[in-house]
Amino acid sequence: MKSLEEIMAIKEQVQSELSFENNPDGIRVLVGMATCGIAAGARPVMDALVEGVKAAGLEGKVTVTETGCIGICQYEPIVEIYEKGKEKVTYVKMTADKAKDVLEQHIKGGKPVEDYFLKDADGTPKSSLAETNFYKKQKRVALRNCGVINPEKIDEYIGKSGYLALAKVIREMTPDDVINTILASGLRGRGGGGFPTGRKWMFAKASVSDKKYVVCNADEGDPGAFMDRSVLEGDPHAVLEAMAIAGYAIGADEGWIYVRAEYPIAVRRLKIAIEQAREYGVLGNNIFGTDFNFDIHIRLGAGAFVCGEETALLTSIEGNRGEPRPRPPFPAVKGLWGKPTIINNVETYANIAQIILNGAEWFSSVGTETSKGTKVFALGGKITNTGLVEIPMGTTLREIIEEIGGGIPNGKKFKAAQTGGPSGGCIPAEHIDTPIDYDNLIKIGSMMGSGGLIVMDEDTCMVDLAKFFLEFTVDESCGKCAPCRIGTVRLLEILKKITSGNGEMEDIDKLEELAAYIKSASLCGLGQTAPNPVLSTLRYFRDEYIAHIKDKKCPAGVCKSLLRYEIDPDKCKGCTMCARQCPAGAISGTVKQPHVIDPAKCVKCGACLTTCKFGAISKK
Amino acid sequence: MKKPMTAVPFTETAEQKAKLEAIIAAHKGEAGALMPILQEAQDVYGYLPIEVQRRVAFGLEIPVSEVYGVATFYSQFLLNPKGQNPINVCLGTACYVKGSGQIMEKLEEILKIPCGSITSDLKFSLDATRCVGACGLAPVMMIGEDVYGRLEPSQLEGILAKY
Ligand SMILES: Cc1cc2nc3c(=O)[nH]c(=O)nc-3n(C[C@H](O)[C@H](O)[C@H](O)COP(=O)(O)O)c2cc1C
Ligand code: FES
Repeated sequence: MKSLEEIMAIKEQVQSELSFENNPDGIRVLVGMATCGIAAGARPVMDALVEGVKAAGLEGKVTVTETGCIGICQYEPIVEIYEKGKEKVTYVKMTADKAKDVLEQHIKGGKPVEDYFLKDADGTPKSSLAETNFYKKQKRVALRNCGVINPEKIDEYIGKSGYLALAKVIREMTPDDVINTILASGLRGRGGGGFPTGRKWMFAKASVSDKKYVVCNADEGDPGAFMDRSVLEGDPHAVLEAMAIAGYAIGADEGWIYVRAEYPIAVRRLKIAIEQAREYGVLGNNIFGTDFNFDIHIRLGAGAFVCGEETALLTSIEGNRGEPRPRPPFPAVKGLWGKPTIINNVETYANIAQIILNGAEWFSSVGTETSKGTKVFALGGKITNTGLVEIPMGTTLREIIEEIGGGIPNGKKFKAAQTGGPSGGCIPAEHIDTPIDYDNLIKIGSMMGSGGLIVMDEDTCMVDLAKFFLEFTVDESCGKCAPCRIGTVRLLEILKKITSGNGEMEDIDKLEELAAYIKSASLCGLGQTAPNPVLSTLRYFRDEYIAHIKDKKCPAGVCKSLLRYEIDPDKCKGCTMCARQCPAGAISGTVKQPHVIDPAKCVKCGACLTTCKFGAISKK
Repeated sequence: MKKPMTAVPFTETAEQKAKLEAIIAAHKGEAGALMPILQEAQDVYGYLPIEVQRRVAFGLEIPVSEVYGVATFYSQFLLNPKGQNPINVCLGTACYVKGSGQIMEKLEEILKIPCGSITSDLKFSLDATRCVGACGLAPVMMIGEDVYGRLEPSQLEGILAKY
């Protein structure tokens, strides 16, 4: 147990270490060790650095530390080097061998290894991530510590003013002060719904009860989104501190974090963080010598998307099938085990301590009229720079894709971006200049969602995409209410009919009619939003649906049943390669004569297309 | 989600049995204990055979139907054993857009089993998974704990040969 004075002393100590005050020749080496870094091979890089430093007897001077997600996933493994008075140096796509070079030339020799730098779009090497376009437009609030501190050391979090917001709140502020600050900041929930966080806390505080709960939604079910995982892996204490602040504000002494079991590293770091926080007394009884008590437990999810929905999540923590309950009563009135409960998303919590320390105005100075602060997006799909980006609300999709994301690879054209995952919709090229905030996205038929942003190019078939999301919701519908359980299956059947070439024009009307029923009659958000991907693709890409139905063609060349592979007799040299590759024996012809594909036998695997050296085969 | 039950006969070691009893005893009386018990039991047995579910129900004094209801609700609970090398192909959005559908098809072709089943020599099982959080490396698959990213269908034979 530590007193506030001791915590302050740790902060001073860590800060002077991080700024190399006592150790002017010190070098701090950070290795990105979040899931993506480890998957890309960060561990051998880390080992090589640690061993190399030891072998050279540099332990006093050089510290090698693991850190969370640095953000630019496809360049993992990443190593960053900090020295006193110098801009940090970023090395990308590292291997154990490259790490040895860096050790020899940079750490020992003082000469950075330019070959391993990141290159900007025009090919110029950038010595530091901070100088790339990817980074310049970002503003890091929720991710401020990710990729900067070692998430397994509470001291480093304290060094970044960690737990000082909690101290301020319980020593100097009343619960109402806290709620008013959050209200004034304009913070809205980052889990998808965008409900004002301060209002939610106000309702829960107003509920009278002997017991209340604070819950953190870390179920992150949107496939293709990993913002919350990165916060948990890179800065777990930020979530713990915010939950304790919420507990103080609403009068709760117990918190639960519901985290997906698919995130083993996040779970492990959370457990370590909770242990350390208890040891320091920032969780537990009589925090900072007051009579405020707060402790946190973890519950693992088990792979059900619907459990991200708040009432289903509560049912699941209670140990049951994670089926949603009707609202009202809202959780703020009747939540976990029937007691008043607030549920917030990981990223929502990650903003709280910063708002307390810097003030509501600081937070609300960033963003748009109705959406304040920043939002983290997981940028993925057909985009040059995949990764995690945190941008001020109001940034346009064009800025995200062209400047931060580095554009679409392989010279392809941007077609649409999907936000909000299976509950959301697509943003077509015509809306690429819309400033992104909660309300604008709703207006154009999509939604903010939790932050997945998947970019699609001309090779993506929008009907197939709608089918993909419907398959997801059909699989994940919990089965409790009929509109969702049965309706989504029927929607999917119609989509399958269209993509297999058997669609009729009235199917489009049926899709729209059925979608309206499902939206209005489903019990929870899963069903209410399940038709969105269909509706938004119909809204912006109706011609693609019509092409599938009337012309029996898939313009993007994705839907197999509608594809034809053809050999151009003028280009075919009769080399027989394709005929030998074809698994279905569909290609015939004699040597040195143009070959032909029998469409009746063709299974459309595309093997011929990839083998042909003369570009004679095309897919239509 | 539909879950076919396994035809593989149930066997257990005395050690597994003792562990299961200890798990049930440790959580008994705790609110919301069923899920953590099933999670830990699955760590012990590798899956949740009906025999194990019955014992959990008996231990917690709740109906087997309740246990079975929870076990079939969540996709992480397995009613079938996994292969020695479980393969999980990510079919999350980022991976799907980058062609993980083709990866799955190719694996089905190589292993000659459909997604969701196990090879007759029990060496590989093949499943689809949702985002594993490595979208930057899409398309992604996992074999056991090993993550393979930026996959091409042509690499698969070579990767499988390592196991
Ligand atoms: C089907 C469905 C899935 C959801 N999944 C998540 C999720 O994975 N993570 C999350 O934070 N919120 C999710 N939500 C939103 C939650 O219900 C809830 O609104 C949110 O956790 C509240 O926190 P916030 O106000 O901080 O955003 C989901 C909602 C629905 C309807
Ligand atoms: S979608 Fe495959 S790892 Fe995220």
